[in-house]
Amino acid sequence: MSSPATLRKTAAVTVAAKPILELRDVKISYITRAGRIDVVPALSFSLAKGEALGLVGESGCGKSTVAYAIMKYLGGAGRITNGQILFNGQDMASMSEDQLRQIRGSKLAMVYQDPMSSLNPTMRIGRQLEEVPMLHMKVGREEARQRAIRFLGEVNLPDPELIMERYPHQLSGGQQQRVVIAMALMAEPDLLVMDEPTTGLDVTVEAAVLDLVAQLRHKHDTAIIFISHNLGTVLRVCDRVGVMYFGELVEEGPIKEVFANPRHPYTRGLLDSIPTMGADKHSRRLSPIAGQVPSALARPVGCGFASRCSFCEPATCTTVPIPTIAIPGEARHQAKCVRLSELPPHRRFQVVPGEATAEIAKSGETVLGIDHLYKIYRPSGTIFDSKPAEVRALTDIELSAERGRTLAIVGESGCGKSSLAKVLTGIEVATQGKVKLIDWEIGHVPVEKRNQAQKKSIQMVFQNPDSTLNPSHTVGFAIRRALQRLRGISASQAKTQAAELLRLVNLPMEFVNRRPRQLSGGQKQRVAIARALAGDPALIIADEPVSALDVSVQAAIINLLIDLQDKRDATLVFISHDLSVVRFLADHVAVMYLGRVVEYGTVEQVYAPPYHPYTEALLSAAPVAEVGKERERIILEGTIPSATKQIPGCPFASRCPRKIGSICDDQPPPEHVTQQGHRIACHIPLGDLAKLNTRAAE
Amino acid sequence: MGAFAARRLAALIITMMVVSMLIFAAFEWTPGQVASKMLGPFATPEQVELLTEQMGLNRPAPVRYIEWVGNVLKGDLGYSTYFKTDVNNIIWDRLGNTLLLASIAFAIIVPCSIIFGVAAGMREGSKLDRTISVLSIVTTSVPEFASGVFLATIFVIILEWLPGASTLESGGDWSIASQLVLPVAVMVLFDLGYVVRMVRAAMVDVMMKPYIRTAVLKGLGFRKVVLGHALRNAMVVSLTVILLQINYLVAGVVVVETIFAYPGFGHMILESALSKDTATVEAATLIIVLIVVITQIAGDLGYMWLNPRIRFK
Ligand SMILES: Nc1ncnc2c1ncn2[C@@H]1O[C@H](COP(=O)(O)OP(=O)(O)OP(=O)(O)O)[C@@H](O)[C@H]1O
Ligand code: SF4
Ligand code: SF4
Ligand SMILES: [Mg+2]
Repeated sequence: MSSPATLRKTAAVTVAAKPILELRDVKISYITRAGRIDVVPALSFSLAKGEALGLVGESGCGKSTVAYAIMKYLGGAGRITNGQILFNGQDMASMSEDQLRQIRGSKLAMVYQDPMSSLNPTMRIGRQLEEVPMLHMKVGREEARQRAIRFLGEVNLPDPELIMERYPHQLSGGQQQRVVIAMALMAEPDLLVMDEPTTGLDVTVEAAVLDLVAQLRHKHDTAIIFISHNLGTVLRVCDRVGVMYFGELVEEGPIKEVFANPRHPYTRGLLDSIPTMGADKHSRRLSPIAGQVPSALARPVGCGFASRCSFCEPATCTTVPIPTIAIPGEARHQAKCVRLSELPPHRRFQVVPGEATAEIAKSGETVLGIDHLYKIYRPSGTIFDSKPAEVRALTDIELSAERGRTLAIVGESGCGKSSLAKVLTGIEVATQGKVKLIDWEIGHVPVEKRNQAQKKSIQMVFQNPDSTLNPSHTVGFAIRRALQRLRGISASQAKTQAAELLRLVNLPMEFVNRRPRQLSGGQKQRVAIARALAGDPALIIADEPVSALDVSVQAAIINLLIDLQDKRDATLVFISHDLSVVRFLADHVAVMYLGRVVEYGTVEQVYAPPYHPYTEALLSAAPVAEVGKERERIILEGTIPSATKQIPGCPFASRCPRKIGSICDDQPPPEHVTQQGHRIACHIPLGDLAKLNTRAAE
Repeated sequence: MGAFAARRLAALIITMMVVSMLIFAAFEWTPGQVASKMLGPFATPEQVELLTEQMGLNRPAPVRYIEWVGNVLKGDLGYSTYFKTDVNNIIWDRLGNTLLLASIAFAIIVPCSIIFGVAAGMREGSKLDRTISVLSIVTTSVPEFASGVFLATIFVIILEWLPGASTLESGGDWSIASQLVLPVAVMVLFDLGYVVRMVRAAMVDVMMKPYIRTAVLKGLGFRKVVLGHALRNAMVVSLTVILLQINYLVAGVVVVETIFAYPGFGHMILESALSKDTATVEAATLIIVLIVVITQIAGDLGYMWLNPRIRFK
């Protein structure tokens, strides 16, 4: 067995240059009322100049804690209680406040998850940027300004001089994050710590930011610690990856080797939770990791993952501390598992071309029919603006969903996905057009005017279950009340039915007496789903139901949705920005842009050429956590135009990389419809599109 | 911004119209009341009727309202039955006296509350924070008359450094300035703690914002973080509270004025209300409402100026 000390020695041999950053047995604790929690027990790794290390893992496993420990900014409750963090060979614990200030922002910089709140709302971008060189390079205002402008250009922001005069709220999320990156790079730091820098950005924006990071990294030779819960984004930026679980680095190594040949059962679990490219629900189920991260208050002696590991052998795994073992034949690849050599080889699920995907039989029965639907918001005047422009949230939407099938709606934020859900549920009413649910016309009926049967037939599941579950009600009460309200059954009947529903969503019976705060995110989402099922709805609308959840939990919820659909024959409208999840779960897909459906078809049709140029860009932007499956990315410049503008031509014209000329700006594109019902709205004929797409793929 | 100002001006005019109607209705709707109020409880019904007749009070209310508004707009505020002179002769002096007191107090409260509030809120839970917080709670919870009596006992009776009455009469033993010290001190003592706590709360909130973390991790020193990044954001939140103090200082100081026999506005309202001097009370109420509305507009404009989210949409 190799102790951490011997490991360090082997690491030192392989790392050629002197490391920029080195962590030695770092222990990080939070002091809470319940006592001291050792969130990170003993972490060691090192990072050479110019290297990029990704840190992945489920929520709460300590990624951000490590990031802020490196910045020496753990807040009042956090302490480094053991070990050393060496930055450029110097122990950070021995640095004075002054020394720390000198390296922060100049040698050591950070990019944060939420760029909007990370920028000072009352200060112009220019001043926020100029501060950095003025402070660290001791230059004057004018020189600092020139440097700021140069770096804004370097992060691909158009019109840097204009941006300098703006306030943060006048920029889009992607622009804000570029500003934060420019700010971090301005003093050309040796190490850049990025904590979920693209979480919350749209896929196309995320792709552009990731490319930018990768490109700037090589240009400035900056070492990077890149934290993400999304394995695909890490693959794009990093050359090494560390998988964190329960405060420990359970596997670490060159990213391609780790992803292609994961050794630790946790890494394998993470990779198996996400849909592989091309797979769908007919070819397999996802394999979620059972259970959840245990409480750090009582850290077990043996393997922290034992309670969830299907390879666990109690005698060897839970009695003694687990060593980190170097993997023979693979340089710098190591994993923290005693049974490493006994584990069977891992194979990620692969779709065998031709064999997969049973053709979906048409069920024929239309549950939801949307016909020329328009939704125009006419905001009332405010004291600052008496005649605000109308917002065209939905324009001429034509869609339908069949019984027992899933219709996915994809698109970037602001494309009208949620407005559509609102009209379906009656929170908003249609401005024009029809929405037919079974036999009823509901497009113009607000929810309070809908009758019992209509309300019962359509239920909604939201992204954030916290916002819909009343914190003071028990799980049992919430479900029983929904049952009584929607089905009008007696209290005792409701009780048995509630138990039934809990079983259906795989929650243990004792959860009836729990309150939402005693549940994890995934469990809360299950409760929300159970409640939505109370009325045995014909149609369930799920608005980003898994995007706030960890991949392992996400896999379980997706499996649950598939099972429920099989059992109940319910129709699902699944709103999501995650294209691989949609590929896996959906039967039909509608791609929306600026309130319009630009492409619609079965999932096979939409995910294969010919693509609408927008779909093509979206697909190329989606991060893929598979080595060798990365695509050539199409980067969309500019932002989605405001929905208040009247657009005479194609809505995508301002960003379309395939735009063919002024016809795109002036004339609405025709909708090509194939015999199989695949619809694409574009001036380019289908045949030409297919040719363009295949050429691009080569 | 221009359109905004115009809209607020229109709102101001409408508010003043409504308020004037309410005031008129409250004090003068039933004409007999006015006369009997003026004549006191021992007047015979005949006397009341005669006076009503003489004053033209038996004409319909809308007619009298319009006449009253017209007079006010011309600058004629009526005749004070208590002070036995035109309201104009008395009200502006009194308002001036009160504004003198209020502006001195305000000039002390604003910088002090910002300094103490920011100092306390920039490091939540520090010794400085705890000291300032406790002091502000203590000073605010002592009523004005108690601190007035307390200070008067020390500085007037025991030390004999200051006068006990602040009648603003010059030529006596005490200068005007010395007469102002105690009333201002009582007002500041009572009000400052509250404002300090508001500024502190805003500051504590701002110091926990991610952009403060950004500023620290840029390598800025604590002073620059507080003054350059936190202060303005804390002010956006505190501004309204600070400006609202003007209302208290002008309209709410009747206790202080009474304790020190200060010839101020609040004291005047109290006297004229007690003696049913309708014309004075009406005029004074109108002025107070006008001040309240104007500070509110000033607050909104200041908020817009400090907060770029509103300034630049
Ligand atoms: N200030 C704090 N006081 C006490 N415990 C904390 C504090 N901050 C974080 N923790 C705990 O430390 C652990 C690690 O948290 P951390 O935020 O580092 O996780 P993470 O991997 O970044 O998660 P996510 O993916 O959700 O951002 C969690 O159990 C968390 O509850
Ligand atoms: S040490 Fe045992 S329990 Fe831990 S990951 Fe390896 S096999 Fe599983
Ligand atoms: S119509 Fe023109 S702008 Fe629109 S998607 Fe097709 S090529 Fe692009
Ligand atoms: Mg985190």
